[in-house]
Amino acid sequence: MNTWTEKEPILSIKDVHKSFGELEVLKGVTFDVMKGEVICIIGPSGSGKSTLIRCVNALNEIQSGSIKVEGVEVNDPKLDKLALRRKVGMVFQQYNLFPHKTAIENIMMAPIQVLKQDPKEVEERAHTLIKKVRLQGKENSFPGELSGGQQQRIAIARSLAMEPNIMLFDEITAALDPETVKEVLVTIKDLAQDGMTCCLVTHEMGFAKEIADHIYFTDRGIIVEHGPPKTFFTDAKDPRTKEFLSQIL
Amino acid sequence: MKNNFSILYTYNKKLYHTVDSTRFSFWLVNSGYKWCIAFLFLTILYPVNAMASNYTYTMAFQAFLKWVPLLVKSGFVLNVIISFFAMMIGTALGVILGLAQVSQYKIVRIFASSVTQLFRNIPWLVLLFIIMLTFPFEIETDDKIYKIPDWTKAVFGFSLPIMANISEIVRGAIKSVPLGQWEAAESLAFSRQKTFWQIILPQCYKRMIPPWMNWYAILSMATPLVSLLGVEEIITLSRQAMEAENNNPELLIPFYSFALLIFFAYCYPIAKFTIALEKRYAVKL
Amino acid sequence: MTGFEQYFIELADTHPKWNFVYFYQEVERSRIITGIYYTIGLSILTVFFSVVVGLVGAWMQGSKSKLARLTVQGFIQFFRNTPPFVQLLFFYFALGQFTPTHSPDGWLEVPIISNFGWAVISLSLFAGSYNVEIFRSGIEAVPVSTREAAESLGYNRFQSFTKIILPLCFRICLPSLNNNLINLVKTTTQAFGIAVPELLYQCISVYNDYSTSMNAVMLLMFIVFFLIVGLIAWSSSALERKLKIPGYGV
Repeated sequence: MNTWTEKEPILSIKDVHKSFGELEVLKGVTFDVMKGEVICIIGPSGSGKSTLIRCVNALNEIQSGSIKVEGVEVNDPKLDKLALRRKVGMVFQQYNLFPHKTAIENIMMAPIQVLKQDPKEVEERAHTLIKKVRLQGKENSFPGELSGGQQQRIAIARSLAMEPNIMLFDEITAALDPETVKEVLVTIKDLAQDGMTCCLVTHEMGFAKEIADHIYFTDRGIIVEHGPPKTFFTDAKDPRTKEFLSQIL
Repeated sequence: MKNNFSILYTYNKKLYHTVDSTRFSFWLVNSGYKWCIAFLFLTILYPVNAMASNYTYTMAFQAFLKWVPLLVKSGFVLNVIISFFAMMIGTALGVILGLAQVSQYKIVRIFASSVTQLFRNIPWLVLLFIIMLTFPFEIETDDKIYKIPDWTKAVFGFSLPIMANISEIVRGAIKSVPLGQWEAAESLAFSRQKTFWQIILPQCYKRMIPPWMNWYAILSMATPLVSLLGVEEIITLSRQAMEAENNNPELLIPFYSFALLIFFAYCYPIAKFTIALEKRYAVKL
Repeated sequence: MTGFEQYFIELADTHPKWNFVYFYQEVERSRIITGIYYTIGLSILTVFFSVVVGLVGAWMQGSKSKLARLTVQGFIQFFRNTPPFVQLLFFYFALGQFTPTHSPDGWLEVPIISNFGWAVISLSLFAGSYNVEIFRSGIEAVPVSTREAAESLGYNRFQSFTKIILPLCFRICLPSLNNNLINLVKTTTQAFGIAVPELLYQCISVYNDYSTSMNAVMLLMFIVFFLIVGLIAWSSSALERKLKIPGYGV
């Protein structure tokens, strides 16, 4: 029986270890996310941040530790993956839209085919979502006809169509042109203001500072330092954090 | 009036039958529907016969072993010989045809590509039959009659589709060299001829070898078709051997399995090697 | 007797090498029609089943079970490296002897799989083994990240295979699939070897009745096969155009 209540963390990660063969990429990561909170995970490349959020969505398996989403253990062979993925939406660096479907079809596919929802109702929702990501008029364009930023916003809408409780963003602006980064970030900001729980892996420090409730800095598979953005960016204590921030800022 | 066309010999019933009576296919077709149906029923009755007779699989296998040397030495070797010669002739003609397909002259190009398309799209077996039926089976000079063995006609019959497919490989390989190479050579004052022979062709060899080998494997797997035309290769010999062993149905499994296995043993290494070559060249390109 | 028939009778008189016997002789005409009917029927059935075999094989190759993958690999290597003609003979003669029989009229024992049936089975497996490889390479061409996206939206393996991967893979494979299917149609002539009354078989029969009809019979075979092959090539390129996704280069 799941006794999870909104007072407990919506996402709870405890001592997670993950290795690819010989290479250990996560060496005991622990943190909690409360409902409605926006957290940003930052850190140098190869520090395991993307792996961590992929594990939350059960795209990668973990070796030990525990990941709980709304109190349900993800690291469990008997996990109902469909139930997990209804609760957790994920957006990728490479957008990964389905190239053979139009923008609106991309948004409508999963709710209709996986959740077997009523197509009419889904279509209405899809139009609302397209409006939300400010892409009215692009409903019937194919992904190949959209710019990177537009594709990424459709990808966000596609995840939202599943009506998740948590959104995971995996370096979603890394593959975009500087001009289009902003339009995607605005979309995420809207989301955060609506009270969506968001976990972002990002390199956009300015954005992280502005939007995040809490920032985690990872290096070599562990969380080196964390704190609210105000204190995190101004008085970092660990030398590694200092070095990283001095390079970025 | 004398002529060399077997079609006109067919009026001479006697001659026709001395030549063709051994051919399984002709027997099959000449014998008409009723015989075919009877033939089918005979095969249907096999399981019934099998239950009635005391002939066991062990006996069948022992009988089969006796025939293995013959099947390999004069049967499969002939398949290999046919495939070998057909490949040689087909490659030689195919290269010429392929070069003609990229000729400067439109008329040559059109002619070459129509020949290529014609022989690529016609089933091999149809082509084989046509060659077997239309070509002379003997050549008369003033004093002597030279009999043309059936298998040489088979070689010719196979070399035509091979020619067409090699022609496509050659054309494809030449076309795959980027246009920039032609332009670069032209800017270095190479003539068209020189560019072609010294710059373009050397880049094509490697691309042509894997598909060429692939076609060789396909060709060698097509050679059993000539058993329908009475050439004494492995399948014809297997049939004759089974007849000599009183057509016991238990013989079918060992004989046909052996034919499958020997082709597998021959073609599988070729396929593996082709894939290995493809990978090696793919990296360099 | 129509003018059409009259014309070909006269043509055969004046040009003995061009005896289009199947245009004016009822028996030969019905032979040719049966032949075309069987060739087309055999082609449609084998094309359909070979695609089914290819899809199932490609799906099994992506399975987690090592046994399933090995089975598919063995199947592919066997059917690709042995002559299709010997496969036909093996299926029909060697395996055919074990086919259970039934008795429709009470005294004749008929096997439940006819020679036509064996031709369909054998040729479908033969072409199917090529289709597995074709579909597999198409599936590999679909980026892993696209599959992950489907997975993160809650698609299970079967759903993402049928709804996301296949539609993309199909567009990538179409040219090589088309080649293989054309090759398959040409291979159906080999069913001659087990006396399936397809076009080649009927044409040889006509030729054996009227040896003067050789040229006419050959011409007919050329035209019929050219039309079938052309039809496949044409419908494949039409399909390719129809399935083209704007902004997605394949």
